[in-house]
Amino acid sequence: MRTEGAAVPEAEAGFRSYYGKPVIKPPVWHEPHMPTYLYLGGMSGVSSSMAVMARLTGNHRLARTARLAAAAGAAVGAALLAAELGRPERFLNMLRVFKPTSPMSVGSWILAAQSGLSAAAASADLTGGLLPAAGGAPLLAAAGDAALLATGLTGPLTATYTAVLVADTAVPAWHEAYRELPFLFAGSAMAAAGAVAMLATPRAQAAPARAVAALGAAVETAAGTVMERRLGMVGRPYREGRAGRLMGTARMLTAGGGLLAAVAGRSRVLTALSGLALTAGSLCTRFGVLEAGRASAADPAYTIVPQRERLSAAS
Amino acid sequence: MAERMGFFTDTSVCIGCKACEVACKEWNQLPDDGFVFEATSYDNTGMLGASTWRHVAFIEQSRPVRVEGDEGSVDRWLMSSDVCKHCTHAACLDVCPTGALFRTEFDTVVVQSDICNGCGYCVPACPYGVIDRREGDGRAWKCTMCYDRQLGGLEPACAKACPTDSIQFGPLDELRERAEERVARLRADGHEEARLYGESPSDGVGGAGAFFLLLDEPEVYGLPPDPVVTTRDLPAMWRWAGAAALSMAGAVALAFLRGGALPNHQASVRGGTR
Repeated sequence: MRTEGAAVPEAEAGFRSYYGKPVIKPPVWHEPHMPTYLYLGGMSGVSSSMAVMARLTGNHRLARTARLAAAAGAAVGAALLAAELGRPERFLNMLRVFKPTSPMSVGSWILAAQSGLSAAAASADLTGGLLPAAGGAPLLAAAGDAALLATGLTGPLTATYTAVLVADTAVPAWHEAYRELPFLFAGSAMAAAGAVAMLATPRAQAAPARAVAALGAAVETAAGTVMERRLGMVGRPYREGRAGRLMGTARMLTAGGGLLAAVAGRSRVLTALSGLALTAGSLCTRFGVLEAGRASAADPAYTIVPQRERLSAAS
Repeated sequence: MAERMGFFTDTSVCIGCKACEVACKEWNQLPDDGFVFEATSYDNTGMLGASTWRHVAFIEQSRPVRVEGDEGSVDRWLMSSDVCKHCTHAACLDVCPTGALFRTEFDTVVVQSDICNGCGYCVPACPYGVIDRREGDGRAWKCTMCYDRQLGGLEPACAKACPTDSIQFGPLDELRERAEERVARLRADGHEEARLYGESPSDGVGGAGAFFLLLDEPEVYGLPPDPVVTTRDLPAMWRWAGAAALSMAGAVALAFLRGGALPNHQASVRGGTR
């Protein structure tokens, strides 16, 4: 047996393969579309939750920012997903069926609901502000608030279903991480949405956004640490190579940005630094997760060794 | 529903002629594979893909043997024609969001090319790395077990072309019986390493519609030793995602109630204290 192409030499790893070729196919999703969508979808989802809470607690300025961020994130994200398809003109085939066994089918319906509702909530708020004297304004505002309340449900789903989307594959670094990935993505999404809201809201009204950002950074850091520790050998792609650099950079940016968010208060400089670091950190996490998946699919060791161990444990 | 049809690929009689690869390409009008010199014995297609629905693997081995007290080694050449497994529990079919992938009346798994929108989800979902998206075309493609020929009462092109009956096509139950007999006979003849792969309905994919007789570990042929359909864990995945979604909503609520439950006029006066 030769081992060309394998990052882990077969003799050292104690497994055999077909000329070091991968057993499974790598994900075909490309950059920047797919990871940027993961970022935007997460940002949109948590922004919706923030908009709901801001509306309920009477923080109208923050509510408006979050409504707009939720709508923009979902709309641009959906466009990126369509562009990612091999046949973009068949995008609507996604809504041809509802398949509970397919996280992408479930996700398409979630995203359709999230983008529609968040667009309604945002446009009601905007037109209400632009045309305060219009006759139908109270009705419009009520409809917008109803749509907003509904995003309180679709938002958290939008922010977390993507973890199931990537985990429901044969890619070892994704599938084996199905417990932690939803928390990693939820934390990353909170950091991202908190960052956007703190950057785009007057600092006096942005305290809850800073809290969301700091909490998100803490969740993302904790989930990432637990994930890499529990995965063991299958978690190596998250620590090595390009994916490792992305995840390491994400870790520093997120932790640093989260700490800054916690102490930024009404400082303009600290708010800007924190918001930018958290945004970059969330993006790095998403690009890093995609890259780690690719790396773990490309090396047959990650497919074969755990399966061999499973077989010898069973016999 | 017709009987479940399948392939039994007996690699012990494969001679590596690649007639199956050629017949498959001819019948299904598949594009070429790029004419790449792989430098992997006589293999020049590498692995299954969007335009390679049969792939013949070549493995050159040298094994130590002892003949009448003399140490020596014997060379052997393993050849095996790989194909889509048409799993009982098919991950590609489970995850396809458009319904383009479907199960036929022969219990095979086929992509409807007029529905597929090229989302690519089936590609990393397959535990065998079979299905792929074709560059320039944008859609996912794989073996159909010659669905069109089966509808016309014909056997698939690869099985038809195979000169040694290494590729056998028929009702899956019959093939399983035949395979059991074959592996028993090979073992009785001294080929202790002969084993069946993918024939058991109790494996991670519920048994393959296309199974194999191998003369070495599956991974030597590029096959996963213990494939599991990824959707087996899907309920657990949704539970963890649901927990994360609830935690996230709770954390956001906490941030607002602790961090700034201030009416706008107050907030503008007192600032967002935490």
